[in-house]
Amino acid sequence: MSNIKSSLYNLRVLDDLARKETSIHLVHPLTKLLTTVVFLTVVLSFGRYEIVGLLPFFFYPIVIITVAEIPLGPILKRVLLAMPFIIGIGIFNPVFDQQTMSAFGLIFSKGWVTFLSILIKSCVCVGASLLLIATTGMDSLAAALRMLKVPKIFVLQLLLTYRYIYVLIEEISHMMLAYSLRAPRQRGIHPRVWGSFVGQLILRTFDRAQRIYDSMALRNFNGEYHTGKIDKNCWKDMVYLFGWCLFFIIARTNNLPMLIGSFITKVVN
Amino acid sequence: MHMADALLSPVVGGSMLAASVVVAAYSIKKTQNELDEKKIPLMGVIGAFVFAAQMINFAIPGTGSSGHIGGGMLLAILLGPYAGFLTMASILMIQALFFGDGGLLAYGSNVFNLGFFTCFVAYPLIYKWFTRKGISPKRIFWGTLISVVIGLQLGAFSLVLETLLSGKTELPFVTFLLLMQPIHLVIGIVEGLITAGVVAFVWRERPEILEKTSAGLPLGKVSMKKVLTGLSIAVVVIGGGLSWFASTDPDGLEWSVEKTGGTTELEASSSIHNVLADIQSKITFLPDYGFKTSESDNEVKATAQIEEVWPAVNTGTSVSGIVGGALTLVLAGLTGLIISLSKKRKEKATL
Repeated sequence: MSNIKSSLYNLRVLDDLARKETSIHLVHPLTKLLTTVVFLTVVLSFGRYEIVGLLPFFFYPIVIITVAEIPLGPILKRVLLAMPFIIGIGIFNPVFDQQTMSAFGLIFSKGWVTFLSILIKSCVCVGASLLLIATTGMDSLAAALRMLKVPKIFVLQLLLTYRYIYVLIEEISHMMLAYSLRAPRQRGIHPRVWGSFVGQLILRTFDRAQRIYDSMALRNFNGEYHTGKIDKNCWKDMVYLFGWCLFFIIARTNNLPMLIGSFITKVVN
Repeated sequence: MHMADALLSPVVGGSMLAASVVVAAYSIKKTQNELDEKKIPLMGVIGAFVFAAQMINFAIPGTGSSGHIGGGMLLAILLGPYAGFLTMASILMIQALFFGDGGLLAYGSNVFNLGFFTCFVAYPLIYKWFTRKGISPKRIFWGTLISVVIGLQLGAFSLVLETLLSGKTELPFVTFLLLMQPIHLVIGIVEGLITAGVVAFVWRERPEILEKTSAGLPLGKVSMKKVLTGLSIAVVVIGGGLSWFASTDPDGLEWSVEKTGGTTELEASSSIHNVLADIQSKITFLPDYGFKTSESDNEVKATAQIEEVWPAVNTGTSVSGIVGGALTLVLAGLTGLIISLSKKRKEKATL
């Protein structure tokens, strides 16, 4: 139950955040989508032993979070929720790669290095995807997909799914509440009613789809979903895209922390 | 189980995305040709239904734990393979964007693992085979159960292959396989039983839903051939092209080169490679710091060489790395702090 309610809350939080009007929110959705894709590609192109070189890529989520005034809590929570699978697979690295390397007078296991590298990549990648939606919103993102020539049937489908998630999650939470009140101290739905419980919801869903179609047809639905007016890309958007891409390329081709570190150590010496 | 961005290399992620786009394009064409516009809202609402149904806990008798459904096969049975695949793709997109399940670069892999194998392999080859002589409760039960199990096994196998080709984990192939397949067998049996129960219920109450789907969407041999041909072309072209340009990342390609050619060295003799190396050397600043050459070497050559470089790291470089790394993080944090402070000041000034 709490899981269902919290999912609904999660969706709404990101939806609300996307309605803000900060300078990041005002950047063209297509520009933000492309920047995110470039960011992910560059981060994931790093080798498995890279840790230090990945650190400058924390700049991107941090700058977006602060400029777009996104609260850290909800984003961090989701990033952590996406972790178990990564940890589950990554934890085998230290087990299977027990070679060691020495640095700084200490012995490090290479397996732990690759594990840490995966964790860092996961943090920044999941964060970047969540920030994309938290600063853009589903409707604008759908408009960006249309601009990329994604067929309208898919975009429409995506938007309708998103729109009705709220309705159906509320419906299922009512059904779960009703069930749990009649089946106290039971973990989940009993196997005897697996089919009928979900089946009932399917039948209701089909009826609902019919009503939705009828009302859409009455409002002149012709296969197009109007997402509202989206302005064209302007020079500011280009600056945003190329600025970030330049940073990503520099951070990819130069080990920035190493440069800073060697500079500092030379100065100190 | 969703594939995650962090476990993928751009080459594998890009190839899987290309493969999924081909299947999606084919499905869109088929959906547009064969279905009325009534099906569009139905696909949308059913997608939302699967999302909601994934949140139901199903009690597994005798274990004290609970299971969930993935929904790929249920979608294929309710909507047919084409509309089912597209619906699964939109569910996965929402999961990636809002919940961080999977990721944008892993999107193609997830659509392929969870959508393609259920809708285009298990559904036509297993479920349709079981129900070829008409629908009955028994055929529904076995057809659904076995197709869900096989679909999930294929998806898990594909996930293992993608992870290993990406080269981010150290898990040996067989160990990873022995880890993933049995887990997904258990998950598959539970999901198969739930899905079978649901399909049987729908058939009992509203048989026309299933009859329409199975009658309206013939899956001929020719169309499957087309899908597979398109798929292989896309994977080869995009995968080949991407790996050519992404040679700075040795992971996936390196792995396959090592396995097929028996050598870990990549010859950096091509002209494009030289051009890229040249550009890189131009944009790399502060060239007099010793690590520049080893850095670009690492990128052009192989993972194996990076491995060789590792133990040779001297203390001076490590200190630089640790100091620089810490400073980078502090700088990143400070940037955030300064931006938010200046924003607050601006807000105060406007009040």
